[in-house]
Amino acid sequence: MIDVVVLFFLLGLLARLVKSDLALPGVLYETLSIYLLLAIGLKGGVELSKQSLDAIVPQMLFCLALGLLIPLLLYPVLRRLVGLNGFDAASVAAHYGSVSVVTFAVASAYLTHRNIQFEAHAALWVALLEAPGIVAGIALARWAEKKQGGATGAKTGFSWSALAHDVFLGKSVFLLVGGLTIGTLMGEAGTAPIAPLFTLLFKGVLALFLLELGLVAGGRLGELKRYGIKLIAFALLAPMGLAVLGALGAKALGLSTGGIAIMAALAASASYIAAPTAMRIAVPQANAALSITAALGVTFPFNVLLGIPLYLKLAQYLS
Amino acid sequence: MLKHQKKLLVIITEAVLEKPLINDAKRLGAQGYTVYDVRGGSQYATHEGSWDADRMIELKIICDEAVADAMASHVIDQYASHYGVSLFFSNIEVIRPQKF
Repeated sequence: MIDVVVLFFLLGLLARLVKSDLALPGVLYETLSIYLLLAIGLKGGVELSKQSLDAIVPQMLFCLALGLLIPLLLYPVLRRLVGLNGFDAASVAAHYGSVSVVTFAVASAYLTHRNIQFEAHAALWVALLEAPGIVAGIALARWAEKKQGGATGAKTGFSWSALAHDVFLGKSVFLLVGGLTIGTLMGEAGTAPIAPLFTLLFKGVLALFLLELGLVAGGRLGELKRYGIKLIAFALLAPMGLAVLGALGAKALGLSTGGIAIMAALAASASYIAAPTAMRIAVPQANAALSITAALGVTFPFNVLLGIPLYLKLAQYLS
Repeated sequence: MLKHQKKLLVIITEAVLEKPLINDAKRLGAQGYTVYDVRGGSQYATHEGSWDADRMIELKIICDEAVADAMASHVIDQYASHYGVSLFFSNIEVIRPQKF
């Protein structure tokens, strides 16, 4: 059965399609996203406090490598098969190399609803997967620029140190790591006083956030026809291929069935919060609407509606 | 009341440029600025500003004509080819010119 939060996403999509005047205030969106990032971090941190470092280090290394590898794999596909220019290909590749926190939240909710156990410190994987894909995407764009013989990044006022600051201390990574740290330090007992807010209310807040994402994704649907069938096909097929990559890696790491499904969903997801802002500054030549339309207009709905159940099936097949 | 002529430079652009533009404005001699979150659209795109990557800002700078000109040419030269940028000048009057 479909998870209740997914219906809120569909409600948001529907509101856009029927041109309802529904809009969530920007401040609410900000508040909800801060809440989700902290809640996911805290939950992961509490579990992390029960783990030994030895078991986790290989997972951490895998996440960093996966984030770097995905853009490198997708770039030639986007260049040759989708027919994008070097900047657009690098930018789209970066979005898919990074992750979607909400896809993670929906995947966790899906597994929890089915009583399927997974490594509860998985929030750490999310935090580690955010940045490497963006860095690899920017490096690809610089390489494409050099090959074209164009001007260097200096013209756009871009600097790697400013980017590192924005990515590593930007809202997403900062709040996830902050929540993870507080959760690890305080453990289950220490975080009990705030658990009613961050644990019990989580799914309701996720539903509200998905309503907003439905509205935003619905707004992107109109742009799909502008970018053609190749981009849509990419945004549907890439997640499936990447999910297999994530799942095989997770299997090799010896993760649980639920853990394999989560890693597959993370590999399949594309960022639409951290990556768009970082890529806009670092690679202004790229068409930002193209990446967001693929990530949020196609891949996110696909993952939430069909992908996550498929990734669980894949995980069950592999285990 | 004695009034002094100044320029008001208004730049409407993508929110990701807020930090670089403020740094540029200070470097080119602006003594202050005001930033608003705004919504809007054109024949190219609609920016509802409902989420991070879609936000637009309006940056207002009151300054001398030379500073406004320098800032405007810098913005056109540096950013206009790849970012959505609209800018305009107005003649305004202030009471305390040393503030600007």
